[in-house]
This record gives sequence, structure tokens and C-alpha cells, in this order.
Amino acid sequence: MNAGEARTLIVDVLASIAPEADFDRLPGGAVLRDELDLDSMDFLNFITFLHQKSGIDIPEADYPKLSTLDGAVSYLTR
Amino acid sequence: MSAPASTTAAVRMTYREACKQAIRAAILADPRVFLMGEDVARYGGCYAVTKGLATELGEERIRDTPLSENGFVGAGIGAAIAGLRPIVEIMTVNFSLLALDQIVNSAATISHMSGGQFAVPLVIRMATGGGLQLAAQHSHSLEGLYAHIPGLRVLTPATVEDARHMLQPAIEDPNPVLIFEHVMLYNREGELDPSVTGVDIVSAKIRRPGRDVTLVAYGGMLFKTLEAAALLQVEGIEAEVIDLRVLRPLDMPTILGSVRRTRRVVIVDEGWRSGSLSAEIAARIAEEAFFELDAPIRRVCSREVPIPYAAHLEKAALPQAATIAATARTLVKGG
Amino acid sequence: MTDFRMPSLGADMEAGTLVEWLVRPGDRVKRGNVVAVVETQKGAIDIEIFNDGVVSELVVPVGGRVPVGTVLARLAGPVTEPAMAPPQAAPVTPPPIPAAPAAVAGRPHITPVARRLAGEHGIDLQRLTGTGPDNAITLADVQAAVSSVASGATPRRRAGFDPAAMRQAIAAAMTRSKREIPHYYLSQTIDVSNALARIERLNRERPPPERILPAALFLRAIALAVAKTPELNGFWEEGRFRPGDGVHIGWATALRGGGLLAPAIRDANHRSLEELMASMRDLVLRARGSGLRSSELSDPTITVTSLGDRGAETVFPIIYPPQVAMVGIGRIVTRPWVVNGAIEPRPVVTLTLAADHRASDGHRGGLLLVEIDRLLQEADTL
Repeated sequence: MNAGEARTLIVDVLASIAPEADFDRLPGGAVLRDELDLDSMDFLNFITFLHQKSGIDIPEADYPKLSTLDGAVSYLTR
Repeated sequence: MSAPASTTAAVRMTYREACKQAIRAAILADPRVFLMGEDVARYGGCYAVTKGLATELGEERIRDTPLSENGFVGAGIGAAIAGLRPIVEIMTVNFSLLALDQIVNSAATISHMSGGQFAVPLVIRMATGGGLQLAAQHSHSLEGLYAHIPGLRVLTPATVEDARHMLQPAIEDPNPVLIFEHVMLYNREGELDPSVTGVDIVSAKIRRPGRDVTLVAYGGMLFKTLEAAALLQVEGIEAEVIDLRVLRPLDMPTILGSVRRTRRVVIVDEGWRSGSLSAEIAARIAEEAFFELDAPIRRVCSREVPIPYAAHLEKAALPQAATIAATARTLVKGG
Repeated sequence: MTDFRMPSLGADMEAGTLVEWLVRPGDRVKRGNVVAVVETQKGAIDIEIFNDGVVSELVVPVGGRVPVGTVLARLAGPVTEPAMAPPQAAPVTPPPIPAAPAAVAGRPHITPVARRLAGEHGIDLQRLTGTGPDNAITLADVQAAVSSVASGATPRRRAGFDPAAMRQAIAAAMTRSKREIPHYYLSQTIDVSNALARIERLNRERPPPERILPAALFLRAIALAVAKTPELNGFWEEGRFRPGDGVHIGWATALRGGGLLAPAIRDANHRSLEELMASMRDLVLRARGSGLRSSELSDPTITVTSLGDRGAETVFPIIYPPQVAMVGIGRIVTRPWVVNGAIEPRPVVTLTLAADHRASDGHRGGLLLVEIDRLLQEADTL
């Protein structure tokens, strides 16, 4: 998965959770949970959907690495 | 003191003085006119309306009567049929019930039952209403009862101008006319415009124009209602205040015209709610302007108790400006 | 012949709009089948039928807005006991008269002049929200609708979820609660290190779809404790307490764009940790997608709200009438804690209880919080 594909996947998943958000204006370094008002269930769903669509296992200990859009892109493409 | 006809400056006087001037002018203008009642001559009237008139006009024209309402009202009816123009004063509306037979069974019906052979050009004046701590013996507002009776005309002058000018057309009316003077009005001062030489005794008057809600009142309630309108104005609610002036026959076109504009109405009546004049007005608005209404019809009436003596209880029993304003507010502001 | 009526999905619901019929005359239905979609202040809800039988007539057409208690459809065939009847009701008691007073009370007030103007302009009054006294639809409301029709704007609201309508529903329910319910409040700050350790251990071995949130563990402890404190589980109705027919926990779920719903997790005390987590996930997804079933909104016997890990430390809940209690879970924070005589940093959470003092006393309420604390200290057994 390259960075462009990863970004598209992440945005699609987030859009299914926060359909009203404007992802074109979302800064890459913004903390997703604060920016998109995600609660712990939303964030778990985000991780779950990323796992199901990418096949990548994401242990709980790694959650902080996926706290921003840029962080999530680099996590999926590492 | 009556003002010279040449000046147009308004004269300030009490309602009591206006009543007195009206009586004096009527007696001076027509030798058939006289006034009788309890304590009206030597004492000067229980509310001092006729004070000094007996000395000025003579005891033939201002006559004390025995304490017998049924007797002297009957005498007044006889005098009227015989061609005089009597003004009968009854101390308070409570005592007028002693003369109900004469008023309802005789005065109101003789013209009808005689096929128009006998008219009864009688005027009966009486005090009504509460607020002076005179308790249940003297404080009730029973004018609504008389407004039920065909054959009577019922007047409730609230302003100094009406107190001064309603008496003359009442005397000229060939039918019995009852005039109710609210006790809280006697000391109230108002302007009398000398250029006004007469008023009608058929119409209601809009005392304050407004677009949001119609407040219907009469007699002593007029000023509490105007006070309520002032409270409402502070909140941006423009209330229109109608002074009924004539309780029978009701001037429905004025009331309905106002309700059609404001679409909301509160009727203020110092009488008790059950079977009151306010009930009649509410029913007629519902009958004739139902599809114009944008809110339920509401009423502010006296509590259904004999009017209490204690000042705080009397105040609680009678309609007050704050209650009137609060009631109007519920119709205008959403909930 | 059985009547199928517009159900009440909460104390604050007065009426609903029939959006879709999922059955036709002649269809055979079983109790619990979803037969219609009704738009309420809580969004579009799948409505379940209470009886088995064959649909003989659809009484209310699509688009009809009718008060709670109105007959929606008629069923022929076997008549079973109405599901709404309280299980404690003795067979000798006559069946409750179905919601006739509610139907009258639920009728929207429309002033005469507003009705006349709406008739002249063909405005559908059912689509308007009244702003007058007692929420009456007034002349001004119709005039606004007339001018918005004239200007081409559509007064129709989006089917499903209307934030303004939900605000009204919450306002009505919470106002009633604060007006009628004498709340008492208790709080207990609980050391959750054992609970979090168990969650961490569990999740370490599980793929994301099977992971558990701490809230699920708290919910399990709460459900077990509530089962031991029946005075807090049920309804205050007509001046007396009616116990719930199980521990059906309303899980308060905030909606994106404002508002919240508290759909039921039925028999929560009999569900395993994994089952509770699955239920929470499912409810949150469906609540936010407006895919709830009618029974889920009408069933809760007690409500639980969790502020989550981005919320405040403590919540003082307002009871959702006619329920008699609500439990609040604050944010997990690390605080100095005395353990065996020494101060240690520990993760703690403040649990609160708001309860109806008509139905229970503070002593029983306190036992609930203490029991939850005890259960969470033994988190490995939950």
C-alpha cells in the first residue's frame, strides 16, 4: 500500500464514522479524536475497519501512532 | 367649577366632581329632573357626590328618602311614568338587590307590557366594585346581572369625561338606564376637555391602540388594564385596550373589529367568572370570530369568594394589573 | 381481530409519522417482526408488532402523523397477550384502556386562524412545529410556511433524524424529570487498575473486532449490581414503583450533530463481557444510523451514561422518566491513591448515581455503588 492508497483508505473509513467532516481541510498533524470528535467506540471502530480492510494487525499499544492522519498513513505504509 | 365656554384648555377634576357637575347641569337644564336617594341631601351622598347640592338646588330637587330601596325605586318609576325625569341614587349595587323587583319586573318591562303606552325614563345611579376595604356588604360588582335584563341600558363610565357627559343622554333615553360608578374612581383625577359637550351611550372606545392582543375592560378595571398594557409594552407587547362603556347593549362591532386585528383577547371583569359578562363576551367572540383567533380566549375575573375585608385578601381577590399582564403574555409568547 | 397501535417509545413521545409499511394486507406476522418505519423525534424507528396474526387492514397511510395509541393496522388470527402488559398484572385485572388520554393530549394544537390560512394555501399542518402557547401552531407559523413555500424552500425536514425535534424531545423529558423527580445523588471514586489490567490482557491477544472497551466491563459490573438492587430498576408510574421485568440497561449514546438516545441492552446482567461489548457496538452504530427498533427505545429499566475518555471527571445524571435511576461513569484519570498505607498513582473513575427518592433511599443507592466497586476490584471474575 502506498501513501496515496493509505490516505484514501483512512479517509473513507473516517468518513463512514464522521460523515459530516470536511477531510480536504483536515490538517495532517491534527489529533483525529479531537478534530473529528471521536469517542472511544468510534476510535475502536476506526481501528477495526482499518484492520479489516488492510489486513494489518494493530495492537492496542500502537494506538497512539494512529492518532493523526499523517501518523496513520505512515503506520499503514511502513 | 365649570370652565367658561370660551376657553379650550382642559380642566382637571375628580371623577366625583364630574358626576356632581353632571347632576347639577341636568337639574338646572330641565325642571322635570330631580335626584333622590338615601342620605343624598343633608349628608351629601355616601360617596359625597351630591355634597352641597341640596343647599344650592333646594330639597325638592335633591331629596332624602327612607331606607327602602324597593320603595323609592318604585316611586322613581311612578314619577318617570308620570312625566318627570328622576335620577335615583342607590348607595351600592349590593343594596340595589332590595329593589330588584322594581328594576327587573317593573322598570324594564312596563313599556313592553303596555304596548308602548308607558315609557320609564328613569336613571338609577349606584356605586359598584371593591378596593376600599368595605367588605362583602359593599364591594361586589353585580352590574353583569343587570346587563342580562332586556329593557335596561347599563352604563359604566370610567373616565372623567364619561362621568360628566353620560348622564344627560341617559336622562333623555325613554327607557330605564342604570349607571354604575366604581368606588375606586371617585377620587381619580382626569382631564375634561371643555370643547366636548356630549358623549354617546352606545359605543365602546379603544382607549389604547395596539396590534398584539386586545384587552377588554370597563369601569374600575379600565385603569388596571391600561397599567397592564404599560407593563406589556416594556416587553414589546402592544396591547389594545377597549373600554366597554356600555354593558348593555354590547358594542360587539368594536370588540370584534379589534379581535380581528390582534387575534388574541383577554377579557377583564371585576365580576365573578361564572355566568359573568366576560363569559357572554367570550361566547360572542367564539361565535362570531372563531376563525380569526390565534390563541384561546382568556378571562381575568375576581376570585369566586365574597370580597374579603382584609386588605391583602381583598387585593388577592380582585383582578390586578400584574395578573392581567401575565395572562396576556401567555397568549402572545410561545411556550 | 387485534388492533396494532402506535407505540410509545418513551415518556416524551406524543406522536409519530408513518414513513413506510413493511407488510401488506394478507401478510402473516409474528410478534417482534418489524412491520413499519415510524419517524419520531428520535429519528426513524423500526416498529415491531406485538401479536401473531395476519394483517387484515392498514389503517394509517404512509405520511400520516398520528398520536400514540392510534390504531395503525388490524390483525386477524390468534390473539396473544399484549406484550406491553406488565408481567406482574394478575389475570383478573381488566386490560388497560389503550392510551386514549394520551391520544387526546398528543393532538397538536392549531389555532383557528392558523388552520384557516393553512387550508387556503394547502399547507400540511402536520409538518409544522408550533411556536405558540402550549406549542400551538399559530398564524405566524403558517405564514412562515406559506412564505417558505412561495420562495421555493422546502419546509419538509429530512426523514429520519431532525436535531431540532430531538432537542424538543430531550427538553420535554428533562424538564419533566427535574420538575417531578426528587433526585438524590451519590458518588464513589473507584480504583480501576484491576479492571484496566484485565482489559489490557484480553485485548493483547485479540484482533481489533474482538477487543473490549473499559466501558463494557463497567457496564457488566453495573448490570450485576443493579440486579441485586431492584428498587433502582424500574419505573415510577401513577404514584408508585413498578419494578422492571429484567435489567434492561439504556446505554446513553450521543449522536453526531447533537442529541442523544439511550436504547436498551436487554437482560444485560445475563450477558457476558463479549456479548455486552457486541451489543454496545451494535447499538451505537444503529443509533447513529437511525436504525433502532421500537422495543429498544421503550424497554430500558435504568439508564447508564459514560462520558468516555475525553469527557469530564464526574457526571450528575438527570433521570429519564419514568425510570427511577441513572448511573454515570466519568473519565478514567490517574490520581494519588492510598494502597497499603502508601501513596501510589492509580487509575480511578468516579461513578455516580442519580436516583428517585420516591422509589428508593440513599442507603440502597449507596449499596449499588459499593457493589459495583467490589465487583470491579474482582474484575478477573467478571
